[in-house]
Formats: sequence, structure tokens, C-alpha cells
Amino acid sequence: MSESGLAHLVVAVLRRDVMASLRRGSEWSNPLVFFVMVCALFPLGIGPQPDRLAELAPGILWVVALLASLLATDSLFRGDFDDATLEQMLLSHQSLYPQVLAKTLAHWLMTGLPLSILSPVLGVLLQLPATGMLALMVSLLLGTTVLSFIGAIGAALTVGLRKGGLLLSLIVLPLYIPVLIFGSSAVKSAVAGGEYFPQLAMLGVFYLVAIALSPLAICGALRISVDQ
Amino acid sequence: MLGIGSKFLKENSALSISSTFHKWGSPRWFYQFSARLMPWLAGLSLLLLVGGAVWGLAFVPPDYKQGNSFRIIYIHVPASAVAMGAYMTMAIAGAIHLIWRMKLAAMVMKAIAPIGASLTFLALLTGAVWGKPTWGTWWVWDARITSVLILFFLYLGIIALHQAFENRDAAAKACAVLAIVGAVNIPIIYWSVEWWYSLHQPASISFTGQSTIHPTMLRPLMATLSGMYLFFGWLLLLFVRVEILDRERNTRWVQDLICGESR
Repeated sequence: MSESGLAHLVVAVLRRDVMASLRRGSEWSNPLVFFVMVCALFPLGIGPQPDRLAELAPGILWVVALLASLLATDSLFRGDFDDATLEQMLLSHQSLYPQVLAKTLAHWLMTGLPLSILSPVLGVLLQLPATGMLALMVSLLLGTTVLSFIGAIGAALTVGLRKGGLLLSLIVLPLYIPVLIFGSSAVKSAVAGGEYFPQLAMLGVFYLVAIALSPLAICGALRISVDQ
Repeated sequence: MLGIGSKFLKENSALSISSTFHKWGSPRWFYQFSARLMPWLAGLSLLLLVGGAVWGLAFVPPDYKQGNSFRIIYIHVPASAVAMGAYMTMAIAGAIHLIWRMKLAAMVMKAIAPIGASLTFLALLTGAVWGKPTWGTWWVWDARITSVLILFFLYLGIIALHQAFENRDAAAKACAVLAIVGAVNIPIIYWSVEWWYSLHQPASISFTGQSTIHPTMLRPLMATLSGMYLFFGWLLLLFVRVEILDRERNTRWVQDLICGESR
């Protein structure tokens, strides 16, 4: 296949998935609503003192963003599996890797990207100091992409199962831990007035490795799920 | 002449590799082969574990700082070492199953998950019991403890995924993929937890850790460590043998085996 053909394929899948998700609406808005609601629960749970909230805000925001991304992951291949689009993808003479890459990127565009854009608003709600806002947004932009790609492996493994939801979180959460560590640490460093580029650089490494390697695992997992 | 010879040699060695592979892949052959291995493994591991434990518990002098509480090392260290190694073995078995479709590798993988999870749990439990007198608390968010906890989670994920599938082949393949992804991630997780811990303010409880261990304490540890490896091997063979009987229960040789015993 020529290079332009490959790019064409990626763009076509990307456009199709983004359009479908936009038209359905709830698919991209539900994780956002979840993000806002759970963030609002924390002050109710631990008390409204601004300094205490400010101290906990980086961790809370990152953990809740991670959970929101996780909950959205279950639907990544579900619809395509149910109406057998996935089977057609596997049967088609186009290679699976770029299609999977495009699907996962489209999923991130509809979940991780809005989460990252919305995060400063929730940072304000949780009294996150202004110095941490940029680090929060950038770390979430990079980090949620990695989360989407790791989550896609789990989604591909569990898509053929009837009760996938909880299982997906069990198998994916341990793999999320490095991203959480570096993401929240970047925000904490920024709040403390320190250097946070090293953490972002590490997230950048995860980003590149996840984009390059995880589609291989996703392709393998999808073949297993469709074959069974 | 030389060309023909080397070609013949190549074909011959390829043949012998593939035939070894087939032999190892045959559940029946493995069942019969492992039967000869079982008593040796059981005897040696029992000897080393019990001997090492008695040696370590009764004859080694107490630690000058920790007193007698350090003696739990003779269970704690072997359990954690074998638990770590078991995950890698599981991932390698998973890769073998995916690449060469070897059924035996799938059985090994399935068998390791519960054993590894139990050993990890044992490591965490003994660590907590050790931590109470040494650090004054059951649990510390220390880098190594956290890594072992995450390893425990990875094992639980594999077990949960295996149970969720009704189709045995799909379960094995899916778990193989997950085990490989986990194995790729383990160094990253381990390293980022180390990094995370170095950012934490140092705990008020300090390790006695870095100091080198005295030879009189080390020798029994080596005994229990190798005993634990052998015990793991024995348990693994036992689980795989049960799995073989279960999978092959409709074949002639298993029926002969079972009926022959009952007659």
C-alpha cells in the first residue's frame, strides 16, 4: 500500500469514529460529567478547607481523570464488535495496525482531549494554585493518550465477554500506575514552584512507546476476541 | 559435498529441535515424564525448606539490631523472589503458546497464576508481620512493597481474565497477551515506583536494609530459597498434571490410566 493510501485509511477511520461519537453525544459527554461529579464529591468528603484541598488537588484530579478515561474505554470496541464491523475490519485486506491506531486516537479525541481542556476549571474548584494549571493540562494531554492506548488493550481483550466492565478495570489499572505517578508528580512539582519538565519528558516517552507498541497488542487481542 | 553435508546437518538439527518440541508439547509424554520428576522435587524441596527453616530459626544467632524478628526472612525473601520469577515464567510460557501454539505452555501459564498470586500474598503478609516489630507499623508505602503489591494486582488481573472466558483456548490466548503486556510493563512500573518513592519525603522509619548479610545468616537463606524454587516447580508440575488429566479426559490413555487404577 502506498504511503498516501495508509494516511488516507487512518484519516478515514478517525473521521468515521469521531463523527459517530459526536452524533451519539453521550459517548463523549458522559466521561466529562463523571469527571466533574466525582471531583465535586471530594470537597464534600474531606471538607472545604482551601489549603487542604489545594494540597490534595493534583492527586485527586489525576486519579479522577484516570477513572473517567477508564470508564470510557469499555465502549471503545463494543459497538463495532456488536454490529460485526470489527469482523469486517479483520477480514479486510487493509492492515489492522493503522485502523486500530486511528480508532484509539479517535477515542482519545473524544475523551482525553475534552478532559484535559476541562481540567483547569476543576482545578479552580479544587483550589489548585494557578502555577499548576499548565502542568495539569499538558500532563493530562500526554497522559490520557497513554491511558487510552493501554486501556484499548484491555478493551480489546474483554470486548467479547458479556460482563466486561469491572474485569477491564481489574486488568488495566495496575498498568496505569506509571502514568499516574509521573502525571500527578508533574502537577505537584509545578505547584511547589519546581521544575516539572522531567516528568513531562517521561510522559512523552510513555506516549511514544504506547503509540508505537500497544497497537500490536491490541491487534492480537482483537483477533482473539473475534475468533472465539 | 560440503554443501550437501551442511544442508543435511541443518535439516537434521531442525528435525531434532522440532521433534523435541513435539515431545515436550505432548501432554501425555509430559505427564509420564513429570511423574518421574515429582518425588525428587517433593523430597528435595521438603528437605531444603524444613532444614533451612530449622537451621535459620534455631541455630543462627539473633540479629544485633532486630533480635529474633529477622528470622522471618527465611520465608519472606524466598516467597518474594519466586513470586517475581514466576511472573516472568508465566509471560514466557504465554509467548511460547502464542508463537508456537504449544498447548502445554498454556497449561503452564494457567497453573502459574494462582501459585504466583499466593506467593506474592505470602510475601506481603510476611513483610507486614516483619514490619510491625521492625518499623512499628504493618504497612509502609515503600517502593519495594508497593512494587510487590502491584505484582499481586497483575496476578489477580490474569486470574480474573482467565475465569471470565468460557472458551479455554481464547482464555489462554487472552491471558498470554495480558501476561506479555504486563511483563513489558513490570520494569517500567518497578522503576517509576522507585522514582516515586525517592520523591516522597523519607519515611521516619528507616531500613536496616543496605547492610550486607552475614554468611551465617545467608546459608540457611540460600537453602530455603532453593527449596522454595523446587517447591514452586513441584507445585507447578502438580497443577499442570491435573490440568492435563482434565483436558485429556476423553482420550484413551487417560481413561486407561484411571480405569486401570480402579480395577
